[in-house]
Amino acid sequence: MAPTASSSIIHLTTAAQPHIDNPGHSGLLPALIKAQKQNGYISKPVAAEIARVLQVPLAEVYGVIEFYALLYKEPTATRVIRICGDPACAIAGGHAALEAVCASLGVSPNTATADGGFMVERSPCLGLCDQAPAAMVNDMALGCIPVAVPAAIIAAKSLAKPAVVGGSLRHLTRRCGTGATPSLAAYTTDGGYSALTKAVQQLTPAAVIAELKSSGLVGRGGAAFPTGVKWESAANASGTEKYIVCNADESEPGTFKDRILMEDDPHAVLEGMALAGYACGAQRGYLYVRAEYPHAQQRLAAAIAEAAAGGYLGNNLLGSKFCFDIELRSGAGAYICGEETALFESIEGKRGFPRVKPPFPTTAGLFGKPTVVNNVETLCNVPLIIGAGAAAYRMHGTEKSPGSKLFCLSGDVARPGLYEVPFGVTLRTILDEMAGGVSGGTLQAVLFGGAAGAFATAAHLDVPMTFEDLRKADLPLGSGVVMVFNHTRNLRSVLEGLAHFFAEESCGKCYPCQLGTVRQHEILGRVAAGHARAGDKELLADVGWTMLDASLCGLGQTAATATLSAIKLWPELFAPNGQAQTARTS
Amino acid sequence: MAATVTLQIDGQSITVAAGTTLLNAAAMAGATVPTICYHEHCTANALCRLCVVEVEGARVLAPACVASVAEGMRVHTRNERVERSRRTILEMLHSASDVSEAPEIQQQLDDYHANRERFGGGERREAEVIDDNPMYIRDYSKCILCWRCVQVCAADAQFTYAINFSGRGFETSISTFFEQSLTDSSCVFCGQCVGVCPTGALKPKREWLLEQGQAPADILDATRGPGKKRRERK
Repeated sequence: MAPTASSSIIHLTTAAQPHIDNPGHSGLLPALIKAQKQNGYISKPVAAEIARVLQVPLAEVYGVIEFYALLYKEPTATRVIRICGDPACAIAGGHAALEAVCASLGVSPNTATADGGFMVERSPCLGLCDQAPAAMVNDMALGCIPVAVPAAIIAAKSLAKPAVVGGSLRHLTRRCGTGATPSLAAYTTDGGYSALTKAVQQLTPAAVIAELKSSGLVGRGGAAFPTGVKWESAANASGTEKYIVCNADESEPGTFKDRILMEDDPHAVLEGMALAGYACGAQRGYLYVRAEYPHAQQRLAAAIAEAAAGGYLGNNLLGSKFCFDIELRSGAGAYICGEETALFESIEGKRGFPRVKPPFPTTAGLFGKPTVVNNVETLCNVPLIIGAGAAAYRMHGTEKSPGSKLFCLSGDVARPGLYEVPFGVTLRTILDEMAGGVSGGTLQAVLFGGAAGAFATAAHLDVPMTFEDLRKADLPLGSGVVMVFNHTRNLRSVLEGLAHFFAEESCGKCYPCQLGTVRQHEILGRVAAGHARAGDKELLADVGWTMLDASLCGLGQTAATATLSAIKLWPELFAPNGQAQTARTS
Repeated sequence: MAATVTLQIDGQSITVAAGTTLLNAAAMAGATVPTICYHEHCTANALCRLCVVEVEGARVLAPACVASVAEGMRVHTRNERVERSRRTILEMLHSASDVSEAPEIQQQLDDYHANRERFGGGERREAEVIDDNPMYIRDYSKCILCWRCVQVCAADAQFTYAINFSGRGFETSISTFFEQSLTDSSCVFCGQCVGVCPTGALKPKREWLLEQGQAPADILDATRGPGKKRRERK
């Protein structure tokens, strides 16, 4: 039962206390998340109380509640069951599981049972694509849900096996996939924090940046920007208040690499952030983790406490003059917050609207201050580079793409999982030799790079996985997604599913994306239903190119790349009824 | 930084002050760049994207309202690539909101040879007229989310913060706190939001009642606040 308004106000005021040292907007999202957890929703009086305590205008508090999918303004249910409907889970029975659970409870999606006991929702990608289909029941993330046994899904039973972590070069992932999270002691025994110790005791910040630049490391979040250049820019920016932000809002359908790094090696993320702080002259880091990653959040919170107690975070760390703290922040259900400036807005307690750039984060980022924002995988590379040196790092990979890369294999593949390889191996090597090849049939397509990526076919199997070769092949490395579809899969349905994702996740700020994602979804919906109209392909191309060319941020600019690549590869998919309805319709 | 910048706009060389936006530079060069969300007294948010122009060498189009000039830049304010985006944006906008009372947008639809039926049958923004105060009505089926009303209600003018957003993506709407009546909100009925609304989504109540065919005397009765009657002169 929902508590009465007055009791929840008192409760909430207490709960908001830890954030009052950070008054105003920035405390808003944590306070709303706490209220949501305590009461199952955020009532009008509770929202008003939060607004009063944090001195945020009422209408803005409401705007924030309304923006995030996991914040509710009306009572939900004691048990909220979210089942992933994005492509890897969809082909593994995600939609069927959703229908079965709804039928078993006698409800339609998004409505609670009469007694307030249960509510079922379709969820965007939960980052468990290697264990599809996935679900989240309240705060429990579940892989491999038993599609045919709704009672077991409702009871939060999972058939999940330990994650597969493989590959031919286990640098970033050397502590991952063991089934245990290394403690601080285990991490330091294995050489952890030696890079940070070396940096703060022996290297100048400029030397750290120089090492990073010569390593050739580029960002692993999708944009492939040179990390050392980014750090140098922030280090040179004027002002003493600077921030390091770790973008752990991994929400790209098909991507789960950062989740595994955070769950299995949390101290490596913290060490990378501290090294960034030392190099750039920042004293505070924010680690923004999506709400759908409760395990990762718990392990990171524990690791932050351990590191602070061990002297690896905090004032004068490791006996140096360097001071660095990390605050863990949770998202609340918004893919867009993985866009760096939307992420800043979210930490600042606002709706996750991307900002106009320039100014760029390194000059005016979080709270308007110089900020370095890096992806989890990028930061995990940093201790390796500073520890062993750039020269050793460059011994793997290619001249233009040094080091290793994590690939997330999902879909119709024998051994879905996380694979680490040096840059330069081919897709064939990863797919056939490491992941056991295509399952359930022959290869029809690979969604490469993510939902915001592009389709590849068997013709691309021998493209070496490097930035330079992929650029030539017109494939985006993105976040390392390799989602495999065998010959029995209906690509029209896959496209409709991707379009559904972007229509749900568009923030609504700029017109091309706000309108284009919905129109794209409508058109692909009728294409998938076998009701394509004459001119739909041209319509999709106009919508797609307009989103790509005119959208404000990376979400809109890539919301149609998969569709546009499909138009190029398989124009017959979009033919009106009665024409060329041959292949790929099963 | 140099005080002036020389660039090419549609093949014409022009020298302008550093920091000038492409929108203003284009106007100086005699080129008309269309805008929807832009308002000279509001912070430019570059969200309608109708003002996009092609800057040679750039990966994507640039929003002229916020993009600054740079030395040697070569800008195309209206070519095929630019037209494709503008026309598609206008067609999609027309398919989503009632822009019948937005003459500027109607003109732009014509200028760009937009097919008003191209996205026919798609989901539209439907909303009941909200008539909750004597000053103005809110018809969000006409709203195009230009954000101007939210901006002038907040830090661009009035610092009242009565309205913000509900929903997100296509489902975004302008809203008070928990959709409460404006009379229960912090609204001071300054009317600035009505003044900047480009589509008639916000409209003075008297104008709206006149359109509904009510008699002026009845309208005055319906919209006159209590205690506002002039004292009779003795």
